[in-house]
Amino acid sequence: MSLLEADAAAVTPLPRQSTGKRLADRAFWVVLFVSFGVAVVGLVALLWYVFDTGWPAFGGRLWRRFPSLDPEIAGARSAVFGTIWVLGITAALAVPIGIGAAVYLEEFASHDRWYTRWIALNIQNLAGVPSIVYGILGLAFIARGPLGLGPTVLTGGMILALLVLPIVIIASREAIRAVPPSIRDGSLALGATRLQTVRRQLLPAAIPGIATGVILALSRAIGEAAPLIMIGAFTYVPFNPTRLDSKFTVLPIQIFDWIGRPQEGFTQLAAAACILLLIILLFMNALAIWLRNRYQQRW
Amino acid sequence: MITGSSTALQIPGSLTSDPGILRGRPRHGERVVIGILFLCAALSVVVTIGIVLSLIPPTVEFFQEVDLGEFLTGTEWAPLFTPPKFGVLPIVAGTLVVTVCAIAIALPFGLGTAVFLSEYARPRIRKWLKPMIEVLAGIPTVVYGYFALKFVSPYVQDLWPIGDPPGVFNALSAGLVMGIMILPMVASLSEDALAAVPAGLREGAYALGSSKFEVASRVSVPAALSGIVAAFVLAVSRAVGETMIVLIAAGGTPNLTWNPGEAMQTMTAFIAAAGTGDLSQGSTGYQTIFAVGSLLFVVTFFMNVFSNRVVRRFREVYE
Repeated sequence: MSLLEADAAAVTPLPRQSTGKRLADRAFWVVLFVSFGVAVVGLVALLWYVFDTGWPAFGGRLWRRFPSLDPEIAGARSAVFGTIWVLGITAALAVPIGIGAAVYLEEFASHDRWYTRWIALNIQNLAGVPSIVYGILGLAFIARGPLGLGPTVLTGGMILALLVLPIVIIASREAIRAVPPSIRDGSLALGATRLQTVRRQLLPAAIPGIATGVILALSRAIGEAAPLIMIGAFTYVPFNPTRLDSKFTVLPIQIFDWIGRPQEGFTQLAAAACILLLIILLFMNALAIWLRNRYQQRW
Repeated sequence: MITGSSTALQIPGSLTSDPGILRGRPRHGERVVIGILFLCAALSVVVTIGIVLSLIPPTVEFFQEVDLGEFLTGTEWAPLFTPPKFGVLPIVAGTLVVTVCAIAIALPFGLGTAVFLSEYARPRIRKWLKPMIEVLAGIPTVVYGYFALKFVSPYVQDLWPIGDPPGVFNALSAGLVMGIMILPMVASLSEDALAAVPAGLREGAYALGSSKFEVASRVSVPAALSGIVAAFVLAVSRAVGETMIVLIAAGGTPNLTWNPGEAMQTMTAFIAAAGTGDLSQGSTGYQTIFAVGSLLFVVTFFMNVFSNRVVRRFREVYE
């Protein structure tokens, strides 16, 4: 007991913080908490409003019925299938090219060369180009101009592939970089060529990270409307795409079209289609998180 | 198989002379594959060149018809009417007004959220909160547009303090919702910058008796300032380039005014609106899309380059 008391006496008590300082600290906390609250309230209000207005119209008809001028029977079947088609083409183009570019930049490019740095910098800047500018590129070169493919699913898929390519490349580079050098060195020391090392060691080890990046890139693509509007994707398409040169529409464009219509029924349908889009996105994000947690390796 | 005693290892002559074992035989297939990989990487450069090439020729043709001075200083924008008017200021002003509204939301609240997450929230809570806020960034912009037009706009009309209440389409609701949309980006990038400030700096300040407010405002935020500035510039660039929210909620009329309660058209909204119309290739109206696109591309491109550069050049390097 006496020892403790002696110790306590030996410690000079810290001067108490002045009241003003503590008040400022409290006020600061409140300000920060309110800022954080704005983000949360924004998210909650958006989700609540969309679900509240769209839920009565939400149901199987969204993917069973084709669009119609009568909001009572209209659906978004062609938009759902258009989205699947466009997304499939986007993935088929952006994933191999993106991974290839990432492998080159991480494994084969010499990092002191000017063109390597230039390519890397260029990819970073492309990631910030507004999506509508990709629409202009698509309008000038892919839909019309040299390729002249017209407003087809292939055009849409190509534009979205170019749009998400930087995201795929950046995510894949990070995933490849996270594989420890010892794996690479060990493989090379055993006589594997650099390409064999990439195929049998690096890519399998980096796949979870790459897959996460790909899913996030595709969830960006699924919500894009602006570049597809530019190439002249249609707002009223009463049939599903069947070939690469089919005309098409996608969910965001269908939503945009419905928002612009005056009837109350279409407003409700727009919200219902928003719910569908959000649910698809939720699944994609959940899959990405699951992949990351399930296959993430701690080296 | 070492059997001889005089020589430890007999390498048959045929093997030493064969470069296949010691030097590796040339693998042409691999070089082809590496070449293909290089092409994948180079495609990004092709895309950039493609963007520039798609913009420049129609823009040049446009300025053969329209005086550059008239374009940059004119106050009337009606390129698809007869007679056409090519003064770009109204849609630049529209872009500015919406961007200012968005930044007024995204910057203070985004920075506040970042400081809250990095200085106050416990690591375990932060692990949950950060992805939750990032969900906001993944919501498609048409959904934001719907929210702006149908939910926020009526409130803006109801709560308008002075003068006539604004119409259904107004720049303010589009700007506010766009602010909510880019808030997570500001928060996430600023939080990354704050997390990179070494704990020693904070602990030193606490040891000297600083309060949390003092540590945040005089140590953490100044130390992370380059990252925060970069986040801010990227946010402005995102706001300038955003299309669907303004196309849905801001109205489609070019309007040279600073009053955010009025309907406006932004540069992106003009491009999208003109793109949906069936303009014949080669007409001045068609070229207008590219002229405005060039302006948009140049503005956002320089902001992105600036932002990347600020991060690299002014990053305080801590051990």
